[in-house]
Amino acid sequence: MGFRPVTFDKRTTAADVVSRIKDGMTIGIGGWGPRRKPMTLVRELLRSPVKDLTIVAYGGPDVGMLLAAGKVKKVIYGFVSLDAIPLEPYFRKAREAGGFEVLELDEGMLQWGLKAAALRLPFLPTRVGLGTDVFVQGKFKTVTSPYDDGEVMLAMPAIPLDMALLHVHRADRIGNIQALGPDTYYDEWFAKAAKEVAVSAEEVVERMDHAYPEDVKANIFERCFVQHVVEAPLGAHPTSMPPSYGWDMKAFKAYGATAGEEGGWAKYMAETIGPDEAHYLAQMGGADAVSKLPLPIF
Amino acid sequence: MTTPDHSLAELLIVACSEVYRGNGEIVATGIGPIPRLGASLAKITHSPELMMTDGEAFLVEDPVPIGPRDYDSRKPAGYLPFSRYFDSAVWTGRRHALVSPIQIDRFGQMNLSYVGGTFEKPKVQMLGARGFPGNTIHHINSMFIPNHSKRIFVEGEVTSVSSVGYNPARRLPGANFSSVDLRFIVTNLCVMDFGGPDHAIRVVSLHDSVTLDEVREATGFELLVEGDLPTTQAPTEEQLAVIAKLDPHNIRATIIKDNPPGRRG
Repeated sequence: MGFRPVTFDKRTTAADVVSRIKDGMTIGIGGWGPRRKPMTLVRELLRSPVKDLTIVAYGGPDVGMLLAAGKVKKVIYGFVSLDAIPLEPYFRKAREAGGFEVLELDEGMLQWGLKAAALRLPFLPTRVGLGTDVFVQGKFKTVTSPYDDGEVMLAMPAIPLDMALLHVHRADRIGNIQALGPDTYYDEWFAKAAKEVAVSAEEVVERMDHAYPEDVKANIFERCFVQHVVEAPLGAHPTSMPPSYGWDMKAFKAYGATAGEEGGWAKYMAETIGPDEAHYLAQMGGADAVSKLPLPIF
Repeated sequence: MTTPDHSLAELLIVACSEVYRGNGEIVATGIGPIPRLGASLAKITHSPELMMTDGEAFLVEDPVPIGPRDYDSRKPAGYLPFSRYFDSAVWTGRRHALVSPIQIDRFGQMNLSYVGGTFEKPKVQMLGARGFPGNTIHHINSMFIPNHSKRIFVEGEVTSVSSVGYNPARRLPGANFSSVDLRFIVTNLCVMDFGGPDHAIRVVSLHDSVTLDEVREATGFELLVEGDLPTTQAPTEEQLAVIAKLDPHNIRATIIKDNPPGRRG
Protein backbone atom coordinates (compact mmCIF):
# COMPACT_ATOMS: atom_id res chain seq x y z
CA MET A 1 0.00 0.00 0.00
CA GLY A 2 1.48 3.32 -1.06
CA PHE A 3 1.45 6.38 1.10
CA ARG A 4 -0.54 9.42 0.19
CA PRO A 5 0.78 11.93 -2.35
CA VAL A 6 2.68 14.79 -0.75
CA THR A 7 2.01 18.42 -1.41
CA PHE A 8 3.33 21.27 0.63
CA ASP A 9 0.54 23.64 -0.07
CA LYS A 10 -2.60 21.76 0.83
CA ARG A 11 -4.86 24.80 0.82
CA THR A 12 -7.88 24.50 -1.43
CA THR A 13 -11.61 25.19 -1.59
CA ALA A 14 -14.65 23.25 -0.42
CA ALA A 15 -15.75 22.94 -4.05
CA ASP A 16 -12.41 21.38 -5.00
CA VAL A 17 -12.65 18.87 -2.14
CA VAL A 18 -16.17 17.89 -3.16
CA SER A 19 -15.13 17.51 -6.81
CA ARG A 20 -12.83 14.70 -5.65
CA ILE A 21 -15.75 12.77 -4.14
CA LYS A 22 -17.16 10.30 -6.68
CA ASP A 23 -20.48 8.45 -6.74
CA GLY A 24 -20.39 5.36 -4.55
CA MET A 25 -17.49 6.41 -2.32
CA THR A 26 -17.33 5.75 1.41
CA ILE A 27 -17.06 9.05 3.28
CA GLY A 28 -16.35 9.36 7.00
CA ILE A 29 -17.55 12.51 8.73
CA GLY A 30 -15.96 13.54 12.03
CA GLY A 31 -17.60 15.15 15.03
CA TRP A 32 -20.32 13.72 17.27
CA GLY A 33 -24.07 14.31 16.75
CA PRO A 34 -24.61 18.09 16.87
CA ARG A 35 -20.96 18.78 17.72
CA ARG A 36 -17.89 19.65 15.62
CA LYS A 37 -19.32 18.66 12.25
CA PRO A 38 -17.57 19.86 9.06
CA MET A 39 -20.80 21.48 7.89
CA THR A 40 -19.28 23.82 5.30
CA LEU A 41 -17.94 20.73 3.51
CA VAL A 42 -21.22 18.88 4.01
CA ARG A 43 -23.20 21.81 2.56
CA GLU A 44 -20.91 21.84 -0.46
CA LEU A 45 -21.60 18.13 -0.86
CA LEU A 46 -25.35 18.87 -0.68
CA ARG A 47 -24.92 21.36 -3.55
CA SER A 48 -23.03 18.82 -5.70
CA PRO A 49 -24.45 16.12 -8.04
CA VAL A 50 -22.67 13.30 -6.12
CA LYS A 51 -24.83 10.33 -5.10
CA ASP A 52 -24.83 6.74 -3.77
CA LEU A 53 -22.45 7.54 -0.92
CA THR A 54 -21.80 5.33 2.06
CA ILE A 55 -21.62 7.67 5.06
CA VAL A 56 -19.79 6.64 8.24
CA ALA A 57 -20.48 8.84 11.25
CA TYR A 58 -21.47 9.50 14.80
CA GLY A 59 -24.28 11.20 12.98
CA GLY A 60 -25.98 14.53 13.43
CA PRO A 61 -27.36 17.00 10.88
CA ASP A 62 -24.67 15.87 8.43
CA VAL A 63 -26.34 12.47 8.05
CA GLY A 64 -29.89 13.86 8.14
CA MET A 65 -29.20 16.45 5.46
CA LEU A 66 -27.35 14.05 3.15
CA LEU A 67 -30.26 11.59 3.47
CA ALA A 68 -32.78 14.36 2.79
CA ALA A 69 -30.82 15.38 -0.32
CA GLY A 70 -30.81 11.83 -1.69
CA LYS A 71 -27.02 11.46 -1.58
CA VAL A 72 -26.88 8.28 0.43
CA LYS A 73 -26.91 4.57 -0.39
CA LYS A 74 -25.86 3.37 3.05
CA VAL A 75 -25.24 4.77 6.52
CA ILE A 76 -22.87 3.16 9.02
CA TYR A 77 -23.62 4.80 12.37
CA GLY A 78 -23.31 4.64 16.12
CA PHE A 79 -26.27 7.03 16.39
CA VAL A 80 -27.87 9.90 14.47
CA SER A 81 -28.91 12.54 16.98
CA LEU A 82 -29.15 16.27 17.67
CA ASP A 83 -28.89 15.71 21.47
CA ALA A 84 -31.79 17.90 22.63
CA ILE A 85 -33.70 16.47 19.66
CA PRO A 86 -32.73 12.88 20.48
CA LEU A 87 -33.49 11.38 17.04
CA GLU A 88 -32.41 13.32 13.94
CA PRO A 89 -35.69 14.23 12.17
CA TYR A 90 -34.65 13.40 8.59
CA PHE A 91 -32.92 10.21 9.71
CA ARG A 92 -36.15 9.12 11.39
CA LYS A 93 -38.13 9.98 8.28
CA ALA A 94 -35.72 8.11 5.99
CA ARG A 95 -35.64 5.02 8.25
CA GLU A 96 -39.42 4.83 8.42
CA ALA A 97 -39.67 5.24 4.63
CA GLY A 98 -37.02 2.53 4.06
CA GLY A 99 -35.06 2.34 0.83
CA PHE A 100 -31.49 2.79 2.02
CA GLU A 101 -29.08 0.43 3.72
CA VAL A 102 -27.95 0.79 7.29
CA LEU A 103 -25.34 -0.78 9.50
CA GLU A 104 -26.39 0.06 13.05
CA LEU A 105 -23.43 -0.27 15.37
CA ASP A 106 -22.87 0.05 19.06
CA GLU A 107 -21.06 3.38 19.55
CA GLY A 108 -17.90 1.60 20.65
CA MET A 109 -17.95 -0.78 17.68
CA LEU A 110 -17.78 2.13 15.26
CA GLN A 111 -14.55 3.53 16.68
CA TRP A 112 -13.19 -0.02 16.85
CA GLY A 113 -13.84 -0.51 13.12
CA LEU A 114 -12.13 2.81 12.37
CA LYS A 115 -9.16 1.76 14.51
CA ALA A 116 -8.91 -1.54 12.63
CA ALA A 117 -8.83 0.37 9.33
CA ALA A 118 -6.31 2.88 10.69
CA LEU A 119 -4.00 0.09 11.84
CA ARG A 120 -4.43 -1.67 8.49
CA LEU A 121 -5.96 -4.77 10.06
CA PRO A 122 -8.93 -6.73 8.64
CA PHE A 123 -10.78 -6.72 11.98
CA LEU A 124 -10.39 -6.25 15.72
CA PRO A 125 -11.96 -8.61 18.25
CA THR A 126 -14.50 -7.43 20.80
CA ARG A 127 -17.22 -8.78 23.06
CA VAL A 128 -19.45 -5.87 22.12
CA GLY A 129 -22.48 -6.83 20.05
CA LEU A 130 -22.58 -10.45 21.20
CA GLY A 131 -25.96 -11.50 22.57
CA THR A 132 -27.81 -8.67 20.82
CA ASP A 133 -29.63 -8.03 17.55
CA VAL A 134 -26.82 -5.70 16.47
CA PHE A 135 -24.87 -8.91 15.85
CA VAL A 136 -27.72 -10.42 13.82
CA GLN A 137 -28.72 -7.28 11.89
CA GLY A 138 -25.11 -6.50 10.99
CA LYS A 139 -24.41 -10.12 9.90
CA PHE A 140 -21.21 -10.12 11.93
CA LYS A 141 -18.90 -13.09 12.22
CA THR A 142 -16.98 -14.37 15.22
CA VAL A 143 -13.34 -15.21 15.83
CA THR A 144 -11.98 -17.68 18.38
CA SER A 145 -8.96 -16.90 20.50
CA PRO A 146 -6.10 -19.25 19.49
CA TYR A 147 -4.81 -19.20 23.08
CA ASP A 148 -5.83 -21.42 25.98
CA ASP A 149 -8.88 -19.32 26.84
CA GLY A 150 -10.51 -20.17 23.47
CA GLU A 151 -12.88 -17.23 23.83
CA VAL A 152 -15.33 -16.58 21.00
CA MET A 153 -15.53 -12.87 20.12
CA LEU A 154 -17.15 -10.68 17.52
CA ALA A 155 -14.73 -9.81 14.71
CA MET A 156 -15.39 -6.12 14.08
CA PRO A 157 -14.47 -5.55 10.43
CA ALA A 158 -12.31 -2.59 9.51
CA ILE A 159 -14.22 0.43 8.18
CA PRO A 160 -11.84 1.87 5.58
CA LEU A 161 -12.82 5.29 4.23
CA ASP A 162 -12.21 6.75 0.77
CA MET A 163 -12.26 10.19 2.32
CA ALA A 164 -12.73 11.71 5.76
CA LEU A 165 -14.17 15.20 6.28
CA LEU A 166 -13.19 16.93 9.53
CA HIS A 167 -13.51 20.39 11.03
CA VAL A 168 -10.84 21.83 13.36
CA HIS A 169 -9.94 25.21 14.80
CA ARG A 170 -6.61 25.80 13.08
CA ALA A 171 -4.63 24.44 10.18
CA ASP A 172 -1.57 25.58 8.31
CA ARG A 173 -0.71 25.38 4.62
CA ILE A 174 1.09 22.04 4.94
CA GLY A 175 -1.63 20.34 6.97
CA ASN A 176 -0.64 20.76 10.59
CA ILE A 177 -3.87 21.05 12.52
CA GLN A 178 -4.98 22.02 16.01
CA ALA A 179 -8.29 20.81 17.39
CA LEU A 180 -9.17 22.72 20.57
CA GLY A 181 -12.11 22.18 22.90
CA PRO A 182 -12.80 19.67 25.66
CA ASP A 183 -13.43 16.65 23.41
CA THR A 184 -12.36 15.79 19.88
CA TYR A 185 -14.35 12.53 19.81
CA TYR A 186 -12.99 10.11 17.18
CA ASP A 187 -11.70 12.60 14.59
CA GLU A 188 -8.20 11.17 14.94
CA TRP A 189 -9.41 7.72 13.91
CA PHE A 190 -11.54 8.99 11.03
CA ALA A 191 -8.36 10.69 9.75
CA LYS A 192 -6.23 7.56 10.05
CA ALA A 193 -8.90 5.24 8.60
CA ALA A 194 -9.16 7.30 5.38
CA LYS A 195 -7.21 7.19 2.12
CA GLU A 196 -7.57 10.94 1.86
CA VAL A 197 -8.53 13.59 4.42
CA ALA A 198 -10.03 17.03 3.93
CA VAL A 199 -9.87 19.31 6.93
CA SER A 200 -11.81 22.54 7.16
CA ALA A 201 -10.59 25.01 9.75
CA GLU A 202 -11.86 28.09 11.48
CA GLU A 203 -8.50 29.68 10.71
CA VAL A 204 -5.71 28.81 8.27
CA VAL A 205 -2.22 30.14 8.99
CA GLU A 206 1.06 29.99 7.08
CA ARG A 207 2.98 28.05 9.67
CA MET A 208 1.59 26.57 12.86
CA ASP A 209 5.03 26.61 14.51
CA HIS A 210 5.12 30.36 14.08
CA ALA A 211 1.48 31.07 14.89
CA TYR A 212 0.47 28.77 17.77
CA PRO A 213 3.42 26.73 19.09
CA GLU A 214 2.02 26.84 22.64
CA ASP A 215 -1.03 24.74 21.68
CA VAL A 216 0.89 21.89 20.06
CA LYS A 217 -0.91 19.23 22.13
CA ALA A 218 -4.03 20.10 20.14
CA ASN A 219 -2.36 18.48 17.11
CA ILE A 220 -4.45 15.32 17.48
CA PHE A 221 -3.20 13.74 14.24
CA GLU A 222 -0.10 14.34 12.17
CA ARG A 223 0.05 16.20 8.86
CA CYS A 224 0.70 13.05 6.82
CA PHE A 225 -2.99 12.32 7.41
CA VAL A 226 -4.11 15.63 5.94
CA GLN A 227 -4.30 16.14 2.16
CA HIS A 228 -6.62 19.16 1.83
CA VAL A 229 -7.01 22.27 3.96
CA VAL A 230 -10.03 24.51 3.53
CA GLU A 231 -10.52 27.77 5.41
CA ALA A 232 -14.10 27.75 6.73
CA PRO A 233 -14.84 30.24 9.50
CA LEU A 234 -17.96 29.16 11.43
CA GLY A 235 -17.75 26.00 9.33
CA ALA A 236 -19.33 23.80 12.00
CA HIS A 237 -22.56 25.80 12.23
CA PRO A 238 -25.27 24.78 13.22
CA THR A 239 -23.22 22.31 15.27
CA SER A 240 -21.06 23.36 18.22
CA MET A 241 -17.35 24.13 18.05
CA PRO A 242 -16.17 24.75 21.60
CA PRO A 243 -14.53 26.89 22.80
CA SER A 244 -15.33 29.09 19.75
CA TYR A 245 -19.14 28.87 19.55
CA GLY A 246 -22.06 26.74 20.64
CA TRP A 247 -24.68 24.92 18.62
CA ASP A 248 -27.67 26.76 17.18
CA MET A 249 -30.74 25.11 18.69
CA LYS A 250 -33.06 27.56 16.97
CA ALA A 251 -31.57 26.56 13.61
CA PHE A 252 -31.88 22.85 14.48
CA LYS A 253 -35.55 23.29 15.38
CA ALA A 254 -36.31 25.19 12.18
CA TYR A 255 -34.48 22.56 10.13
CA GLY A 256 -36.17 19.70 11.99
CA ALA A 257 -39.60 21.22 11.42
CA THR A 258 -39.10 21.08 7.64
CA ALA A 259 -38.98 17.27 7.83
CA GLY A 260 -42.70 17.32 8.56
CA GLU A 261 -43.61 19.71 5.74
CA GLU A 262 -44.51 18.88 2.15
CA GLY A 263 -41.55 19.97 0.02
CA GLY A 264 -39.79 21.00 3.22
CA TRP A 265 -36.33 19.86 2.23
CA ALA A 266 -36.38 21.46 -1.25
CA LYS A 267 -37.39 24.74 0.34
CA TYR A 268 -34.72 24.47 3.04
CA MET A 269 -32.10 23.62 0.45
CA ALA A 270 -33.02 26.54 -1.79
CA GLU A 271 -33.68 29.19 0.80
CA THR A 272 -31.45 28.32 3.74
CA ILE A 273 -28.49 26.33 2.42
CA GLY A 274 -28.55 28.29 -0.84
CA PRO A 275 -25.77 28.68 -3.40
CA ASP A 276 -22.83 29.42 -1.08
CA GLU A 277 -21.67 29.94 2.49
CA ALA A 278 -22.10 33.72 2.36
CA HIS A 279 -25.80 33.20 1.60
CA TYR A 280 -26.07 30.54 4.31
CA LEU A 281 -24.47 32.65 7.03
CA ALA A 282 -26.64 35.64 6.10
CA GLN A 283 -29.73 33.41 6.53
CA MET A 284 -28.42 32.44 9.98
CA GLY A 285 -28.21 36.03 11.17
CA GLY A 286 -24.70 36.80 9.98
CA ALA A 287 -21.22 35.82 11.06
CA ASP A 288 -21.21 38.04 14.12
CA ALA A 289 -24.35 36.48 15.60
CA VAL A 290 -23.21 32.93 14.79
CA SER A 291 -19.79 33.50 16.37
CA LYS A 292 -21.52 34.53 19.61
CA LEU A 293 -23.75 31.44 19.99
CA PRO A 294 -23.36 30.37 23.64
CA LEU A 295 -21.70 27.05 24.46
CA PRO A 296 -24.22 24.34 25.33
CA ILE A 297 -24.78 23.27 28.94
CA PHE A 298 -24.98 19.51 29.52
CA MET B 1 -43.03 7.70 61.46
CA THR B 2 -43.66 10.93 59.62
CA THR B 3 -41.88 11.76 56.41
CA PRO B 4 -41.73 15.18 54.80
CA ASP B 5 -44.03 15.96 51.90
CA HIS B 6 -42.43 14.89 48.66
CA SER B 7 -43.34 14.22 45.07
CA LEU B 8 -43.23 10.83 43.37
CA ALA B 9 -40.36 12.19 41.27
CA GLU B 10 -38.38 12.90 44.44
CA LEU B 11 -39.11 9.43 45.79
CA LEU B 12 -37.85 7.98 42.50
CA ILE B 13 -34.68 10.08 42.66
CA VAL B 14 -33.95 8.56 46.07
CA ALA B 15 -34.71 5.06 44.73
CA CYS B 16 -32.37 5.72 41.79
CA SER B 17 -29.63 6.87 44.15
CA GLU B 18 -29.88 3.57 46.03
CA VAL B 19 -28.90 1.56 42.94
CA TYR B 20 -25.40 3.10 43.20
CA ARG B 21 -24.82 2.24 46.86
CA GLY B 22 -21.53 0.45 47.43
CA ASN B 23 -20.52 0.41 43.77
CA GLY B 24 -17.00 1.68 44.51
CA GLU B 25 -14.80 3.82 42.29
CA ILE B 26 -16.74 3.67 39.04
CA VAL B 27 -18.44 6.19 36.78
CA ALA B 28 -22.10 6.68 37.74
CA THR B 29 -24.10 7.65 34.66
CA GLY B 30 -27.78 8.49 34.93
CA ILE B 31 -29.40 9.23 31.57
CA GLY B 32 -32.30 11.68 31.93
CA PRO B 33 -33.13 14.06 34.79
CA ILE B 34 -34.34 11.58 37.44
CA PRO B 35 -31.54 9.00 36.96
CA ARG B 36 -28.94 11.78 36.79
CA LEU B 37 -30.27 13.39 39.97
CA GLY B 38 -30.23 9.94 41.57
CA ALA B 39 -26.57 9.39 40.69
CA SER B 40 -25.66 12.87 41.95
CA LEU B 41 -27.60 12.31 45.19
CA ALA B 42 -25.76 9.01 45.70
CA LYS B 43 -22.37 10.72 45.34
CA ILE B 44 -23.27 13.59 47.66
CA THR B 45 -24.80 11.41 50.37
CA HIS B 46 -23.89 7.74 50.75
CA SER B 47 -21.28 6.98 48.05
CA PRO B 48 -18.77 9.84 47.59
CA GLU B 49 -16.29 7.45 45.97
CA LEU B 50 -18.42 7.40 42.80
CA MET B 51 -17.01 9.15 39.75
CA MET B 52 -19.19 11.41 37.63
CA THR B 53 -18.92 13.67 34.61
CA ASP B 54 -20.34 17.12 33.99
CA GLY B 55 -22.16 15.60 30.99
CA GLU B 56 -19.51 16.91 28.61
CA ALA B 57 -15.90 15.83 29.12
CA PHE B 58 -14.81 16.45 32.69
CA LEU B 59 -14.94 14.41 35.88
CA VAL B 60 -16.33 16.46 38.76
CA GLU B 61 -16.31 15.86 42.51
CA ASP B 62 -19.21 18.27 43.06
CA PRO B 63 -22.04 16.96 40.84
CA VAL B 64 -23.29 19.71 38.54
CA PRO B 65 -26.90 20.88 38.84
CA ILE B 66 -29.20 20.06 35.93
CA GLY B 67 -30.70 22.70 33.66
CA PRO B 68 -29.36 26.15 32.76
CA ARG B 69 -26.23 27.23 34.62
CA ASP B 70 -23.00 29.03 33.85
CA TYR B 71 -20.85 27.09 31.39
CA ASP B 72 -17.77 27.53 33.55
CA SER B 73 -19.44 26.75 36.89
CA ARG B 74 -18.30 23.11 36.91
CA LYS B 75 -14.94 22.38 38.48
CA PRO B 76 -13.00 19.72 36.58
CA ALA B 77 -11.17 17.26 38.82
CA GLY B 78 -10.43 14.81 36.03
CA TYR B 79 -10.85 14.27 32.33
CA LEU B 80 -13.10 11.71 30.66
CA PRO B 81 -13.95 12.81 27.13
CA PHE B 82 -15.89 10.56 24.76
CA SER B 83 -12.61 10.08 22.89
CA ARG B 84 -11.50 7.78 25.70
CA TYR B 85 -14.84 6.73 27.16
CA PHE B 86 -14.77 3.17 25.84
CA ASP B 87 -11.17 2.51 26.92
CA SER B 88 -11.54 4.13 30.33
CA ALA B 89 -15.06 3.54 31.52
CA VAL B 90 -17.10 1.16 29.42
CA TRP B 91 -14.91 -1.69 28.18
CA THR B 92 -12.98 -1.79 31.48
CA GLY B 93 -16.20 -2.32 33.42
CA ARG B 94 -15.80 0.85 35.48
CA ARG B 95 -19.29 2.22 35.04
CA HIS B 96 -22.88 1.80 36.14
CA ALA B 97 -25.43 3.22 33.70
CA LEU B 98 -29.05 3.87 34.66
CA VAL B 99 -31.05 4.00 31.45
CA SER B 100 -34.63 4.14 30.14
CA PRO B 101 -35.30 1.73 27.28
CA ILE B 102 -38.57 1.56 25.34
CA GLN B 103 -39.08 -2.14 26.10
CA ILE B 104 -37.80 -4.66 28.68
CA ASP B 105 -38.47 -8.40 28.64
CA ARG B 106 -38.36 -11.08 31.35
CA PHE B 107 -34.68 -11.73 30.59
CA GLY B 108 -33.77 -8.08 31.22
CA GLN B 109 -33.11 -7.56 27.53
CA MET B 110 -33.80 -3.95 26.52
CA ASN B 111 -34.89 -2.41 23.23
CA LEU B 112 -33.90 1.12 22.30
CA SER B 113 -33.82 0.65 18.53
CA TYR B 114 -37.28 0.57 16.95
CA VAL B 115 -40.82 -0.77 17.35
CA GLY B 116 -43.13 -2.24 14.71
CA GLY B 117 -42.26 -3.18 11.15
CA THR B 118 -38.86 -4.67 10.49
CA PHE B 119 -35.29 -3.54 11.11
CA GLU B 120 -35.04 -2.72 7.38
CA LYS B 121 -38.19 -0.58 7.50
CA PRO B 122 -39.23 0.16 11.08
CA LYS B 123 -42.70 1.49 11.79
CA VAL B 124 -41.28 3.73 14.52
CA GLN B 125 -37.56 4.37 14.54
CA MET B 126 -36.28 5.02 18.06
CA LEU B 127 -32.72 5.92 19.05
CA GLY B 128 -30.97 2.78 17.81
CA ALA B 129 -28.87 0.48 19.96
CA ARG B 130 -26.50 3.37 20.86
CA GLY B 131 -24.10 2.12 23.56
CA PHE B 132 -26.36 -0.62 24.94
CA PRO B 133 -24.53 -3.68 23.53
CA GLY B 134 -21.17 -2.56 24.93
CA ASN B 135 -22.58 -1.25 28.20
CA THR B 136 -24.38 -4.46 29.05
CA ILE B 137 -21.62 -6.92 28.17
CA HIS B 138 -19.01 -4.89 30.06
CA HIS B 139 -20.45 -3.10 33.09
CA ILE B 140 -23.29 -2.74 35.59
CA ASN B 141 -26.65 -1.47 34.34
CA SER B 142 -29.96 -0.53 35.93
CA MET B 143 -33.19 0.78 34.43
CA PHE B 144 -35.57 3.62 35.16
CA ILE B 145 -39.15 3.41 33.86
CA PRO B 146 -41.45 6.33 34.77
CA ASN B 147 -44.53 4.70 33.17
CA HIS B 148 -44.69 1.06 34.24
CA SER B 149 -46.91 -0.72 31.70
CA LYS B 150 -47.22 -3.79 29.49
CA ARG B 151 -46.09 -1.69 26.55
CA ILE B 152 -42.69 -1.48 28.22
CA PHE B 153 -42.57 -4.74 30.20
CA VAL B 154 -43.50 -6.87 27.21
CA GLU B 155 -44.92 -10.40 27.18
CA GLY B 156 -42.51 -12.00 24.71
CA GLU B 157 -39.02 -10.99 23.72
CA VAL B 158 -38.38 -7.30 22.99
CA THR B 159 -38.75 -6.27 19.31
CA SER B 160 -35.03 -5.69 18.88
CA VAL B 161 -32.50 -6.84 21.47
CA SER B 162 -30.31 -3.76 22.00
CA SER B 163 -28.70 -5.00 25.20
CA VAL B 164 -27.49 -8.27 26.65
CA GLY B 165 -29.75 -9.83 29.24
CA TYR B 166 -30.05 -13.28 30.79
CA ASN B 167 -31.73 -15.07 27.86
CA PRO B 168 -30.01 -18.47 27.55
CA ALA B 169 -31.02 -18.69 23.87
CA ARG B 170 -28.92 -15.58 23.15
CA ARG B 171 -25.80 -16.84 24.90
CA LEU B 172 -23.38 -17.69 22.12
CA PRO B 173 -21.33 -20.78 23.13
CA GLY B 174 -17.71 -19.91 23.93
CA ALA B 175 -18.36 -16.19 24.38
CA ASN B 176 -17.68 -14.44 27.67
CA PHE B 177 -20.80 -13.04 29.30
CA SER B 178 -19.32 -13.00 32.82
CA SER B 179 -19.52 -9.20 33.16
CA VAL B 180 -23.24 -8.97 32.45
CA ASP B 181 -24.60 -7.44 35.66
CA LEU B 182 -28.15 -6.08 35.67
CA ARG B 183 -29.00 -4.65 39.09
CA PHE B 184 -32.29 -2.79 39.57
CA ILE B 185 -35.39 -1.56 37.77
CA VAL B 186 -36.91 1.54 39.35
CA THR B 187 -40.43 2.34 38.11
CA ASN B 188 -43.23 4.69 39.10
CA LEU B 189 -44.82 1.75 40.95
CA CYS B 190 -42.03 -0.30 42.50
CA VAL B 191 -38.39 -1.33 42.65
CA MET B 192 -37.33 -4.68 41.16
CA ASP B 193 -34.06 -6.57 40.91
CA PHE B 194 -32.72 -9.65 39.12
CA GLY B 195 -32.39 -11.74 42.27
CA GLY B 196 -34.66 -14.66 41.32
CA PRO B 197 -33.53 -18.07 40.02
CA ASP B 198 -31.54 -17.63 36.77
CA HIS B 199 -31.70 -13.85 37.35
CA ALA B 200 -35.49 -13.75 37.16
CA ILE B 201 -36.98 -10.33 37.86
CA ARG B 202 -38.24 -9.93 41.42
CA VAL B 203 -40.19 -7.14 43.10
CA VAL B 204 -38.24 -5.85 46.11
CA SER B 205 -40.35 -2.90 47.27
CA LEU B 206 -43.64 -1.20 46.43
CA HIS B 207 -44.09 2.55 46.50
CA ASP B 208 -46.57 3.99 49.00
CA SER B 209 -50.08 2.48 48.59
CA VAL B 210 -49.19 0.57 45.40
CA THR B 211 -50.46 -3.02 45.40
CA LEU B 212 -48.72 -6.04 43.98
CA ASP B 213 -51.78 -6.71 41.81
CA GLU B 214 -51.39 -3.29 40.27
CA VAL B 215 -47.76 -4.02 39.40
CA ARG B 216 -48.64 -7.44 37.98
CA GLU B 217 -51.45 -5.91 35.91
CA ALA B 218 -48.94 -3.52 34.36
CA THR B 219 -46.31 -6.17 33.60
CA GLY B 220 -46.34 -8.54 30.63
CA PHE B 221 -44.45 -11.34 32.36
CA GLU B 222 -44.46 -13.12 35.70
CA LEU B 223 -42.81 -11.35 38.62
CA LEU B 224 -41.30 -13.09 41.60
CA VAL B 225 -42.10 -11.99 45.12
CA GLU B 226 -40.49 -13.35 48.27
CA GLY B 227 -42.23 -12.71 51.61
CA ASP B 228 -43.79 -9.43 52.61
CA LEU B 229 -42.77 -6.51 50.47
CA PRO B 230 -41.49 -3.38 52.17
CA THR B 231 -42.59 0.10 51.13
CA THR B 232 -39.99 2.00 49.12
CA GLN B 233 -38.03 4.36 51.33
CA ALA B 234 -39.39 7.93 51.27
CA PRO B 235 -36.98 10.86 50.97
CA THR B 236 -35.59 12.45 54.11
CA GLU B 237 -35.40 16.22 54.70
CA GLU B 238 -31.67 16.05 54.02
CA GLN B 239 -32.18 14.22 50.70
CA LEU B 240 -34.88 16.68 49.62
CA ALA B 241 -32.57 19.59 50.33
CA VAL B 242 -29.78 18.05 48.23
CA ILE B 243 -32.22 17.32 45.39
CA ALA B 244 -33.50 20.92 45.44
CA LYS B 245 -29.95 22.20 45.15
CA LEU B 246 -29.14 19.81 42.26
CA ASP B 247 -32.31 20.80 40.40
CA PRO B 248 -32.74 24.54 40.98
CA HIS B 249 -35.18 24.91 38.06
CA ASN B 250 -37.46 22.12 39.35
CA ILE B 251 -37.16 20.09 36.16
CA ARG B 252 -38.09 17.04 38.26
CA ALA B 253 -41.65 18.37 38.52
CA THR B 254 -42.09 18.05 34.75
CA ILE B 255 -41.07 14.41 34.31
CA ILE B 256 -44.17 12.55 35.50
CA LYS B 257 -47.61 13.68 34.35
CA ASP B 258 -49.24 16.06 36.86
CA ASN B 259 -46.25 15.68 39.23
CA PRO B 260 -48.12 13.42 41.70
CA PRO B 261 -47.18 13.22 45.39
CA GLY B 262 -45.03 10.35 46.62
CA ARG B 263 -47.67 9.43 49.19
CA ARG B 264 -50.79 8.38 47.37
CA GLY B 265 -53.06 7.94 50.41
